[in-house]
Amino acid sequence: MADIYLDNNATTQCDPKVVEAMLPFFLEQFGNPSSIHSFGAGVGKALGRARKQIQALLGAAHDSEIILTSCGTESDNTAILSALKCFPNRKEIITTTVEHPAVLALCTQLEKEGYTIHRLGVDNKGRLDLEEYKRLLTPNVAIVSVMWANNETGNLFPVVEMAEMAHAVGVQFHTDAVQAVGKVPINLKDTKIDMLSVSGHKLHAPKGIGVLYLKRGSRFRPLFRGGHQERGRRAGTENAASVVGLGKACELAMEHIEFENSHVKALRDRLEQGILAQIPNCFVTGDPGNRLPNTANIAFEYIEGEGILMLLNKAGIAASSGSACTSGSLEPSHVMRAMDIPYTAAHGTIRFSLSRYNTQVEVDRVIAAMPPIVAELRRLSPYWGEDGPVTEPEKAFAPVYG
Amino acid sequence: MWDYSDKVKEHFFQPRNVGALPGANGIGDVGSISCGDALRLSIIVDPDTDVIEDAKFQTFGCGSAIASSSALTEIIKGMKVEDALKVTNDDIADFLDGLPPEKMHCSVMGREALQAAIANFKGEEWADDHEEGALVCKCFAVDEKLIEGLVRANNLHTVQEVTNYTKAGGGCCACHEGIEEILMRVMQERGEIFDADSKPAVVEPEPLPIAATATGGMTTVQRIRRIEAVIESIRPNLRMDGGDTELVEVDGNTIYIKMIGACSSCGMASMTIGGIQQRLMEELGEFIKVVPAEKLAQPPRKVAHG
Repeated sequence: MADIYLDNNATTQCDPKVVEAMLPFFLEQFGNPSSIHSFGAGVGKALGRARKQIQALLGAAHDSEIILTSCGTESDNTAILSALKCFPNRKEIITTTVEHPAVLALCTQLEKEGYTIHRLGVDNKGRLDLEEYKRLLTPNVAIVSVMWANNETGNLFPVVEMAEMAHAVGVQFHTDAVQAVGKVPINLKDTKIDMLSVSGHKLHAPKGIGVLYLKRGSRFRPLFRGGHQERGRRAGTENAASVVGLGKACELAMEHIEFENSHVKALRDRLEQGILAQIPNCFVTGDPGNRLPNTANIAFEYIEGEGILMLLNKAGIAASSGSACTSGSLEPSHVMRAMDIPYTAAHGTIRFSLSRYNTQVEVDRVIAAMPPIVAELRRLSPYWGEDGPVTEPEKAFAPVYG
Repeated sequence: MWDYSDKVKEHFFQPRNVGALPGANGIGDVGSISCGDALRLSIIVDPDTDVIEDAKFQTFGCGSAIASSSALTEIIKGMKVEDALKVTNDDIADFLDGLPPEKMHCSVMGREALQAAIANFKGEEWADDHEEGALVCKCFAVDEKLIEGLVRANNLHTVQEVTNYTKAGGGCCACHEGIEEILMRVMQERGEIFDADSKPAVVEPEPLPIAATATGGMTTVQRIRRIEAVIESIRPNLRMDGGDTELVEVDGNTIYIKMIGACSSCGMASMTIGGIQQRLMEELGEFIKVVPAEKLAQPPRKVAHG
């Protein structure tokens, strides 16, 4: 039996059509698109086509609003640092407690350098408080950076509305949309979003290619200076083959967006309900009514996620966890902590993220595999008794250093 | 995913001695739920012989926490209490053929559970001196709290000094930014400003006699003494981890050293040797190759002349 891949929020398999579109750009059309000769000209045209395909998926007004980068992290860093350079007198940034490290770690560093970072908190379903946001939005803010969809829970944030609010007070708005692009319809020309980050490998394009959408007229300062590529906004020779691949991936994503929101969503729901129905003491984290169609994040109480992943891996199933141990840090996922999920559950969160390649047969195999895995680890757990948690688990087992 | 040894995987997939232990007369509950690793060790000690007759564990934690717990119970069953108290976290890690640096704390937790359970058996209160911070140096598994404590206690000023005291930063050097941040913070507390350009206080070697300069700066005896002095300065750090080293032979640019104690079996011995080599090169100002003394036993085959 082939292994089952349910970790598509981490990265995705390249679509074979994407690979096929890329191949000529290694051995045949290897020229530099900036060159005058025939080796380069064809590549330049291919990049132009890809830019149109990306523009179409994002609903951007102009193809010149697409800046090609190396990844989502570069796009996020470029957007935030650009705003700080454009508005040197503004020393505040608004973001959220549940952003990706590509934004959060940069903000932590900027804080050390003297900037004030406002991190919007979330409630126990992972929802933002827009009243708090409104209070913080002042002309002292250089930029707001809020993700479109959370990578762990799949929660969707009201970025279109938040961009309107920022625009009303003259503050730039950036969104890290790496999880949302291709899964939710996006029409940037009808929004006030100034900048948006895309990562190729999250939507069946290769790793090492990203996009920063920059609305025409929004002030910008590049991160890299050098050649004239990307109209001087991101110097460096284009990663031509990957750009072509991303273009194709965007075209395919447009074709499949309906499928993602019907078929993939139904599979996700089947998986989630199947697991919840069979396993006691587990629950869905985040906001089930308002999230990506492909993501299910389930907390299994009184056990730790790495053990679950190792046993799943042995059964040929790939997923991911919010436990501290899987990352080598001392705390469980900052997203779970922000939602105030207790430690005994936060360490046992498992994220299943599907793609259009998953099948019902696979989902049913995962539903069958989970109960014995959870039971085995609970057998080892000091919180678990014969057939349920021990009475008053937190009192019955209270290890020395808390 | 972690690069776990086969032994770790074996003890995770088929853990030994799982569950509660009816009749246990020593129980140790240690760990931290916020960090996601906690362990209950239950033991039955024969009060007449002081032998640990049975041991079982219950663990909330990752693969290596479960494997370390399982290994611990296997190690201590049949041991006398006084011998069990000598079991170190390295013994647990060695039993499992090593643990990734980020996971060494699982073996520390095992040792602490054992001490807590024995204290409980003896009717004593087990004092927890455990303080764990975020891992800074991945090469030598050194955490923030340890570095911070030593920077404070020894009034350290530079990354080089931190490396000398803790080994942190002596391998790949990627954590130097993190070490500088700790220095900055602690030095600020004591009213000083961290200066990346400041050099650690070194004792200048005695000036060399004029005769020595003819032989490339130092006489052979002076050179060997210098090498010995460098190795001597490194030894306290190794001893902190239960290891040691000694100089065996100097052959041109190749220096043979013997790794002793915990160092001899340490999975990071090659890293330590690399650190010693780096120090020697800096101190002697020439290219040096440090080689484990075992290599001396197999001299390169020489071609017979004539």
